[in-house]
Amino acid sequence: MSDILSKIKKANLVGRGGAGFFVAEKWLSVAKALESKSADNKKCFVVCNAAEGEPGVMKDGCILEHYAARVIDGIKIAIDFLSAERAFLYLNYAYHKKLNKKLASLIKDAKIEIFVKPINSGYIGGEESAILNAIEGKRIEPRLRPPFPTTSGLWGRPTLINNVETFYNVSLVAAGQFKNTRFYTISGDCPFEGVFELPDNLTVEKILKQTDNFPKFPFFIQVGGNVSGEVFNAKQLKRPASGAGAITVYSQAKNDFKKVVKNWLNFYVNESCGQCAPCREGIYRLRDVFMKEKIDWRLFNDLLDNLSDASFCALGAAAAVPIKSLIKNVYHEKN
Amino acid sequence: MKKINLKINGRRLSCLEGKTIMQVAHDNGIEIPNLCYHPDLPVKANCRVCVVEIVDRKNLATACSTPVAAGLEIKTDSERVKRSRNLNLELIFAEHIKRCPTCIWRFNCQLLEYAEKYKIEITHFSDRKSKRKVYKFANAVEIDGRQCIDCRHCLDVCNDVQKINYLKLTGKGIDQEIVPASEHRGLPFIGKKAKPADCIYCGQCALHCPAGAAQEQSHWHLVEKALRDKSPLPPFVKGGKVLVAQFAPSIRVSIGEEFGAPYGKIMSGQVVAALKKLGFNYVFDVNFGADITTIVEAEELVARVKSGIPPDKGGQRGVLPMLTSCCPAWIKYIEFYRPDLMPNLTTARSPQSHSAGLIKTYWAEKMKINQKNILTVSIVPCTAKKFEAGRAELKIRGNWPIDYCLTTRELAWLIKKHGIDFFKLKPAASDNPLGESSGAAAIYGATGGVMESALRTAEYLLATARDTVCLEENKKNKMSLKAGHGRVEFKQARGLAGVKEAVVELAGKKLRIAVVNGIGQIQPVFDKLNNYDYIEVMACPGGCIGGGGQPIPTTKEIIKKRLEALYKIDAGASVRRAHENKEALRALRWLKGKGKLRAQVLYTKYRKKS
Repeated sequence: MSDILSKIKKANLVGRGGAGFFVAEKWLSVAKALESKSADNKKCFVVCNAAEGEPGVMKDGCILEHYAARVIDGIKIAIDFLSAERAFLYLNYAYHKKLNKKLASLIKDAKIEIFVKPINSGYIGGEESAILNAIEGKRIEPRLRPPFPTTSGLWGRPTLINNVETFYNVSLVAAGQFKNTRFYTISGDCPFEGVFELPDNLTVEKILKQTDNFPKFPFFIQVGGNVSGEVFNAKQLKRPASGAGAITVYSQAKNDFKKVVKNWLNFYVNESCGQCAPCREGIYRLRDVFMKEKIDWRLFNDLLDNLSDASFCALGAAAAVPIKSLIKNVYHEKN
Repeated sequence: MKKINLKINGRRLSCLEGKTIMQVAHDNGIEIPNLCYHPDLPVKANCRVCVVEIVDRKNLATACSTPVAAGLEIKTDSERVKRSRNLNLELIFAEHIKRCPTCIWRFNCQLLEYAEKYKIEITHFSDRKSKRKVYKFANAVEIDGRQCIDCRHCLDVCNDVQKINYLKLTGKGIDQEIVPASEHRGLPFIGKKAKPADCIYCGQCALHCPAGAAQEQSHWHLVEKALRDKSPLPPFVKGGKVLVAQFAPSIRVSIGEEFGAPYGKIMSGQVVAALKKLGFNYVFDVNFGADITTIVEAEELVARVKSGIPPDKGGQRGVLPMLTSCCPAWIKYIEFYRPDLMPNLTTARSPQSHSAGLIKTYWAEKMKINQKNILTVSIVPCTAKKFEAGRAELKIRGNWPIDYCLTTRELAWLIKKHGIDFFKLKPAASDNPLGESSGAAAIYGATGGVMESALRTAEYLLATARDTVCLEENKKNKMSLKAGHGRVEFKQARGLAGVKEAVVELAGKKLRIAVVNGIGQIQPVFDKLNNYDYIEVMACPGGCIGGGGQPIPTTKEIIKKRLEALYKIDAGASVRRAHENKEALRALRWLKGKGKLRAQVLYTKYRKKS
C-alpha cells in the first residue's frame, strides 16, 4: 500500500488546487483517520475537484481535454490506496458539456461518479468543503473546520479531495513519468493567452519570457487567479508562480486602480456565500467605502484586515489579498 | 480526557482536552462576547464576534469553534482582537434596524449590551436591511427581516430541533434572507422538492433569536391601552371593563430570570402582585384551569379505555391512543400535518381556555358582571397560545374567553417599562374562587406533567369504578387512597428524554403511555401509534417551561432548573390531585345540567388546516 505513497513523497508532490498542501501528507491523514475506525466502519470517499471557478485559471479544463485518461487513472489510484467506497468527479458545468461523453467512456465501470457543479453555485461552489455540501444536497457554502474533510468529509466519512492536476501528477508519479512540470495559465494583456506546461520551478519572469508574453509596456501582474491572486509589480517577478499557477498581466494604461479594485469588490459582493459577518457585510461595506468620493482609508484598511484575520473560510481571507497587494506593490510604489 | 495546560490573557490555566476556547474561558470566568453561540445548537461561528488571538497562529480564531490545545497562548482582548471584534459588531449592527423604544427585547438586548461595553458606534454604517419584509405567522410569531443578523439559530431550531422545516434560507451573500417555506426560491440549494410545510407557532425561533428578529407578535400595547382605559371604580360602572389576568403554570418559575433571579425561583406571589400593580382588577391562576383540564381529560381517557361507555359529551368512544390537546402548537401540527389523527385528540380544552371560560361564565355570574364587560388577559409561556385564543371553536355564547395573550417576556417588559420593582413587591395571592389548585396543576408546565396529572385522576376513576369525578358536596374524593390506590407520582413521565415510554397499571388496568418531549421527537411515536393508549405531546423541548414565550436565554440547563421548581411546588402542595380541588369541583358542579354551555366551556373541536 505504501508504495504509491512513498513515490508521491519522493516526488515531493504538491497539491495544485491553490493551497499548495503536500499531497502525501493529505493522503496519509485520510489513511490515518480510517485506521482509527472500527473494521465495519471504514467507508471513505475520494473527490476530484474540477470546479475551476477562479477566473483566469483554465488549466484543469485543458488537462481534462488532453489528458483525461491520466486524471481518471490518478483517481483510481487514490480509490485503491484508500479502498474508497466511491469517487466523485466534481465537474465544472462547461467542462461537463464538452467532455461528458469522453469522461464517461474513460470511467467505464470504475467507482467514479461525475457530479456536475450546480450552475448556480458560483465561486464558492469550488471551495472544497462547499463541494461536500453540494454533493450531499445541502446549501452550498463552506463548512466549519475542524473537522477537516480528511477526517470528516462526505456524509461524515474521511474524504480525500484533490485537484485535477494533482490526480494527473499522481498518475504520472505512479508510472514513473513525472518530470516536475506544471500547467500555467497565462492571460490578460498579453499576446499569447493560454495554458502552458513548463518546469514547476520557473520564475514568473522566465515563464512570461519563454512564452513570449513579457510586456513591453508598464504593467503589473496577478499570480494565482484574477480575483484571489496576489499582485506584483514588474520588479517583483523573480518568484515562482505559486497557487493554481495562473499569471494575469495587467497593462497599467488600461487598468487604473479604481477600475481594478471595483471589479474585484463587485465580484466578491456577488460571490460571498453570506455565512460570516467579515465577508458578507465587510465586503459590501468595503465597496461602499471605496465608491465614495472621499475614501475613508482607515476604515477601508480595517475592513480588509478584518477579512484576512477573521473570515470563516479561506475565500474570505483571499478576498483581501489582491487589494492589499495592489496597494502595497503597485500604487504605493508609484506614489 | 487528558488534562492540558494553556494560557489565557497571561493566566495559566489547566483544562480538559476537547473543550473549546469559549468553554474554557467561561469556566474560568473570562467573558468572551458572542452572538451566534447557543449551547444547545451546533456551533456555527458566523458572527465572528468571539474572535481571539492565538500566539503564533496567522489568523484570529473564533473561540466558539476552536478546540483548546496544550501550550496555547490565547489573548481575548489584544488590540488586534478588539479591532476585529468591534468592527464585526458594527457590521452586524448595520444589519439590524433600531426599533429599541418598542422592542420588548430592549432590556435584555445583547447587541446594546455589547455596544455599551465595547463602546461601539452603533450607527457607523447605514442600515442595510431597512427595506426587508416582516413575515407574520398567524397572530403568533413574526420574523422581521429588518432586524435579522444572519446567525441562523431560527433555521436550526425550526429544521433540526423541531423538524418542521418551515423556515428556509434563500439567496446568498447580502441577499441572504430567512423566509417561510412558501417564499423559498430554491437558491442556492439543488433539486429536492420540499414537502409542504406550515408554521406551528411554537416560537422556538423567537426563543433562540439573539437579536429580536424572530419575536412573538406583541400585544402588550393593546393590553397597556386596555389598562389605561379601564373603568376606574369597581364595581364597574356601566360600559367600563373589568380587567382580569390569569397566568399559566410555568410563568411563576421563569419570570424571575427576567429580573436577575436565579433560575427556577418560584415567584407566584410576585407575579400576582405585579399584575395587580399594573392595574388588573383580578388575577387568577391558570392552575385552576389545569385542574379542570385534568378532570375532563381523565374522564375522557377512562371512557375511551373502557370501551362501550361513551363520555357524556363530545368524546370519541374508544379511539385510542388518546392524544393530549393542551399544546396549541401540537394541535396546529395535527390539523395541518396529520388531520387523520384529529379523532384521537382529547376533546378537553386547554387550561387557559378552561379557566378563562369559567371566568366569563361561572365567575361573571357570581360577580354579576356581564361577560361582555370582562377583558381577560392570559399570561403564557407560549406564542402559539395567541393563536389558540383566536380560534373560533373556543367562543362561548359568541364571545372569546380570552381577549389577549401575553408571553412571559411581554409581561416582564410591561413590568420593567412601568418601572415596577419586581422584587420589592409584596407577594399577593391570586383571587378566589378561581385561585385554588392542586400540585397536579403545577406540573402542567413540565413535559410529562399533563400525563402525570391525568393519570392521578384516571387511577382514582378506575379504582372507584366511576365514569366521572364525584361532584357531590360531602363525598370525599380521597376515598380511593384508603383502597390502596394512593400513588401520586408517576415518575415514568418525568425527565428530559425525547420520548418517555412506560406501561402503568391503574387499578389493574394496564395503560401504555408515551410522552413526547418536543415535536421534533414525534416520528418514532408515529411509527408505532398502535402500541400506545395515551400520548402526551408538547411541541417545545422541556414542555411549556421551554416554551417559545419564555425568558431568553432558555437552554437545557436552565430548563432543568425550572422543572425542578415545578416539581417542588407539586411535592409541597397540600392537595396533589386535580379531583381533590374543591373549587374546581364546585365550578364543575355549577356547569352540570347547563347543557350547551357546559359543552362550550369544557370541550372543543378541531379543524383540518391546509
